[in-house]
Formats: sequence, C-alpha cells, structure tokens
Amino acid sequence: MKRLTLLALLLVAAAAGLRTSAQSAAPGRAGAAAPADIPQQPARPHVEERLEVPPPPFSEGIFPCSNCHASMTPNRTRRVLSDMHTDIVLKHDEEHRWCLDCHDADNRDFLHLASGERVGFEESYRLCGQCHGEKLRDWRAGVHGRRTGEWNGHKTYLLCAHCHNPHQPRFQALQSKPAPQRPGR
Amino acid sequence: MDSDEVTPEESGKAMTRRQFGSVAAAAAAGFLLTACGPRRLREMPKDRLRRALADLEREYSTKYGTKVTVSGAGPMPGVVFAYALDLSRCIGCRRCVYACVAENNQSRDPQIQWIRVLQMDKDKGVDFTHADPYYQPAEVPEEGHFYVPVSCQQCRNAPCAKTCPTGATWIEPDGIVAIDYDWCIGCRCCMAACPYGARHFNWGEPSIPKGDLNPHMHILGNRPRPKGVVEKCTFCIQRTRAGRYPACVEVCPVGARKFGNLLDPDSEIRYIIEHKRVLVLKEELNTMPKFFYFYAT
Repeated sequence: MKRLTLLALLLVAAAAGLRTSAQSAAPGRAGAAAPADIPQQPARPHVEERLEVPPPPFSEGIFPCSNCHASMTPNRTRRVLSDMHTDIVLKHDEEHRWCLDCHDADNRDFLHLASGERVGFEESYRLCGQCHGEKLRDWRAGVHGRRTGEWNGHKTYLLCAHCHNPHQPRFQALQSKPAPQRPGR
Repeated sequence: MDSDEVTPEESGKAMTRRQFGSVAAAAAAGFLLTACGPRRLREMPKDRLRRALADLEREYSTKYGTKVTVSGAGPMPGVVFAYALDLSRCIGCRRCVYACVAENNQSRDPQIQWIRVLQMDKDKGVDFTHADPYYQPAEVPEEGHFYVPVSCQQCRNAPCAKTCPTGATWIEPDGIVAIDYDWCIGCRCCMAACPYGARHFNWGEPSIPKGDLNPHMHILGNRPRPKGVVEKCTFCIQRTRAGRYPACVEVCPVGARKFGNLLDPDSEIRYIIEHKRVLVLKEELNTMPKFFYFYAT
C-alpha cells in the first residue's frame, strides 16, 4: 500500500512538472513539443550578413544620383536614353530588361531586387546574385573573383562591379605579357 | 702464382690491416670535416642559422646597395599549403609570370621564369605534346584555346626530392619542397626527374637590375641565387610563412588562382576540392601534387 501511494505521488509530481514546463514555453515556439533527441538549431536568418567591401566604383561625380533625380519625375517608359547617360551601352540581357529593372525608379541612389526591396550600391551583389546565384555562392566562399590579404586572416572582398561592368559585363581581351625566350637563343 | 693476384678463393676473405687502417683514417677525417665544416640548412642549430642569416643580409645589402632582410621563418604547425587554379578563368595574360619574377628575384638575363603558361587547344584538352608556351597573339584569350600555367606542383611524393644525391632538396612539414641553395651541387638530376619541367637551372651568373630587387627575402625562397644551382617556385615562402598570399594569387586579374591551408576545413582550397571538378597534372605518375586545377563553372 505504502509503495503504491509513493508511486502515485511520484506520477502526480511528474505530471505537474510537465504541465508547468509546457505552460512556461513561449507560445508558437517550434521546438516546444519536439522529441528530446533531435538537437534544436536556431532558425537560419533570412538575410545573410553584410560583407565588408571597398566603395563601389562610381564614375567621377555621378553619385549621389539624387542630386539631379530628386527634382525629376520618373519616366517608366522603356526607351533608349537620349538626354543623359548616353555613354552607357546596355549589353546585359538588353532584350528583356532595361535601366529601371535594376535601378530604383523612386530613389536613384538605390538599386532594387525583383521583389521590390531596395538595396544600396554597396550591397549590389545581392542584385547580381538573383540571376547569378551560383557565382554569388562561390564569391562568398572566396572562390569566385580576386581576393588580396592573408590566407589565414583578413581577406578583402571586391564587389561584382569592381571587375565586371554591370552594363557590359563581358571582359575585354587583354594584351598578354611577352612570351619566354626560347632556349639557346 | 703471382703474390699480387687474388684467387677466387681469396677474394671473399677479410681485408688486410693496411686496408682497414686506410678506411678507418678516411672515416675519421670525414667525420671531422662534417662536424666542423659546412652544415646543411636542415641540420643547422638555431644560433648558427641566425648568424648565417645576418651574414646573408650583410652580403646582399652591400652587393645591391639596399637594406635587405633575410628571414629564416620555419613552417607553421597545423598547416599544409595547397594551391588551386581555375582553368575556366585563366586567359593566359602572363601577369602571374612577371609578378613572380619580380617578387622572387629571378634572373632577368639569362632569363628564368618559374611559371610557364601553356596554351592548349580546347578540342584536344590537356595534352602536353601539343602545348605551346611561346604563344604571343595580339590579344588573349585566343579563340579555341585555353591556358594552363605550370609551376612547381609541390608534390607529396616528389621525384626531385627522391633523386637528389646530396639531399639539397626536401619536403618541408608545411608541404613546400625546399632547396638549400648552398648545398645544391648543380648536378640537375632533379630537373630530369621532375615531370612538370618546374625546376630551373642558373646556367650563367644571374643578374637582377638594381632597382628591381625585392628586399624581403627568405633563406629558402627568394634570396638571390648563385650561378650553378637549381631554383623553383616555393609558394612564395617569404610571404606565405608570414600569412600573406603568394604574389601570383594577388596579381591575377581574373581571380583564377586560389591558395590556402589544406588542413583548414573552412579554407577556399577545401571548398574547391569538395564542390568543383578538380584534376591534377600527370596523375598517372603518382607524384600527388598539392597544386590542383579546377573548373569553377
């Protein structure tokens, strides 16, 4: 009888303990009812951390764009520009896209993603990464593009635009340095 | 029977006292010479190495008229260097070749270049019999060709280190195949053994223009070599043992060159090995190079 009472008391205590722990759990938390043997990991942040890069390679005096554009009304008609920026020749999927598909129409100091989210020029890799996802992934790992610095320490990243002209990304051919001398010259 | 003749029965017998005496004397002389005489770099005690470095600094500073530092930095623990080169990106511009020449004080006349860029045909693939190192088109890259820069592959199973009769070349703990320029006798067995043509000989007195000397040197790396010794890529030992990238990695305009620590799972090299199509040159020779070629696309 004594043993049974003890057992009953223990069961009641355990049940009470469980109830209090369930009540103290934050409402809506995903891990509250998970089995104990699966390790709980924090949810991955949706936006990855911002990378340290040198300033974007703007042309002389062109930034901030709002110096001129703040007082102008945006013209969203797709056309070839004739008043200004005629030096920019677009050769980057120009059949399907034009300026305002990347440049934000309401605030020219920013670019925008396909979702409409505004990104700064110093984060332009997020814009390029929308189509060139595998390059962005390799660039984050340090495998795409040039890095200087220390192999076991601090390394610099460069923006996509530091090597690739975003309007005409294809590299121009270089002149090669001199060939080696033939032996027994 | 002549007493000078050695019969077949006698030839296998013990040596005479005279023979023993001369052998013992030669051994004693050899021991004395090696104990007091020149030492290999690998076996030099620390204080002797420091004096040797100071002597070298003084010699080069006087000869080239500029302040020179010669480092004797040893390998870092837990580090094995590896290199990866992106064949889909190299355009054959040869900027790596000349950056290497400038960084490592290579002789300009007679010309020595540690990196050799081979132009190959896309439809033939990696084919050394039809590779051309003397290409000089108006612009690179040329249509239908790809480029394979070749330098010392820092093999794990290095034929040069196995062949060297004096032990002047060996594999350091951090993976760099090093040469002791003072111990090399210039026999060039290593050059015959190397399947990549990566070792170069100083046939003449090397010459570096005075203003072009790189004063930051390492005793196993870029200190000016004398005539009659072999030299090769050392993964810029003077830079990498100080934590920096080799000169070729930093100068490549298309970012085709990657370098890092093979033992670090977060390094670029490990990422490349795990995620990209990686190959090594002349794999069938089992040299096990630490220089990987890959295609990023």
